[in-house]
Amino acid sequence: MMNIRLIARLDIKGPNLIKGIHLEGLRVMGSPNEHALRYYQQGADELIYMDCVASLYGRNHLGDIVKAAAKDIFVPMTVGGGIRSIDDATQILRAGADKVAVNTAAVANPQLITEIARSFGSQCMVLSIEAKQVGPDRWEVYTDNGRERTGLDVIEWVKRGVAMGAGEVLLTSVDREGTRKGFDIALVKAVAAEVSVPVIASGGMGKPEDLLDVVREGGADAVAMADILHYKRAEVGEIRAVAEEAGLGVRHYERT
Amino acid sequence: MNAPEVVVIDYGVGNLLSVQRGLEHCGAKVVLTAEPDQIFAAKRVVLPGVGAFDNAMQALERLNLVKVIQELATRPIPLLGICLGMQLLLEESEEFGITAGLGLIPGRVIPVPTQTLSGEKQKIPHIGWNSLHPSSTSVGWDGTILQDNSPGDAAYFVHSFMAVPSDPSHRIAECRYGGHLISATIGRDQITGCQFHPEKSGEVGLKILRRFITS
Repeated sequence: MMNIRLIARLDIKGPNLIKGIHLEGLRVMGSPNEHALRYYQQGADELIYMDCVASLYGRNHLGDIVKAAAKDIFVPMTVGGGIRSIDDATQILRAGADKVAVNTAAVANPQLITEIARSFGSQCMVLSIEAKQVGPDRWEVYTDNGRERTGLDVIEWVKRGVAMGAGEVLLTSVDREGTRKGFDIALVKAVAAEVSVPVIASGGMGKPEDLLDVVREGGADAVAMADILHYKRAEVGEIRAVAEEAGLGVRHYERT
Repeated sequence: MNAPEVVVIDYGVGNLLSVQRGLEHCGAKVVLTAEPDQIFAAKRVVLPGVGAFDNAMQALERLNLVKVIQELATRPIPLLGICLGMQLLLEESEEFGITAGLGLIPGRVIPVPTQTLSGEKQKIPHIGWNSLHPSSTSVGWDGTILQDNSPGDAAYFVHSFMAVPSDPSHRIAECRYGGHLISATIGRDQITGCQFHPEKSGEVGLKILRRFITS
């Protein structure tokens, strides 16, 4: 198996890094790029920037933030929020992103997944899914940062999205997001079992040990971390050490 | 001292910006161009690339760059291919049928195995961080762009095809995926290719770019 990836997730509103609970009740945490640089220096394997109000207003503020980040940060960056067209994707990739994450616009127009994968390669097309549990082992796809229900079943949707060209899945549990209760392992397991592309588990990491189960039992290929890093409950290096000690493969990283 | 100059060949494939920023961060002055005159005048040249092999070769042909790069390779100008740009250095690729490459390093490009050595299914593309090790057939990293790196340093990979040089001594570094050995860095004389993205591999990658721009 490939080394699991430890990804710092930065949710952005306007110029600010924010953090919510269940993707709501947003609290301003400070400057996104100060945090991003710190996580890069701590050894984050990748960064995810998510503009969490972009879909609401139909725009994306991230261009400038990403452009500035790309001057000092040399690990892959995924950017999402409000990407509705090839033009949007092109712009954000030109700003320095390596991959784009699409949720709302992909639900509205699944063809966009194929168009982005064809234009930039499927490794560039991350399908972002916001999932809420609606029954035993059943989850529904939400859009607009957990605000709008779609009626789509998560498992059906992820299979379709991957068939259409998504090269990676960012799977956010709206139920767990910001709660520090640990990942929704059943959700991750159900999705990872159905697709051959990497799955990033997001939402609920309260302590470093939480990642062990979602990787071992859930089959996650990567974990997205926000709250735990923003509130400095742990540094990336400590989290890496916990994974290593437990025998999970992680990137060999020496702090310089 | 003037900033070291690097020409990055801009043939419309992939995101050149990351490569440019990485090189600039290391102190280089970067010129993006597809002009043969500028390429021949370069102190050192980077051939980037993301996407499909045949598309990239067609793009190079459209811009009359195939002969330019082949001619460049006969001169003592360091050339670094990155990711797909590395694969293009070989003679041919099996991606979407057989496509001829630049032929600067003997060998071919084949799919990353879809099964591990022990027969389990493995994910394609090979994506993420993997450790670099000197290949058993190379003479070590001294004098290569990996000179400042240590065995075990991890770099960021994302690819579905892999280079197999016919001369094993052209494989400078390798990594292991599902038990299989994959060429991570290949090279001969002043020509080098990295399968991984040095511009996305943190300090490990920046060391490689720094070494390259002073070569």
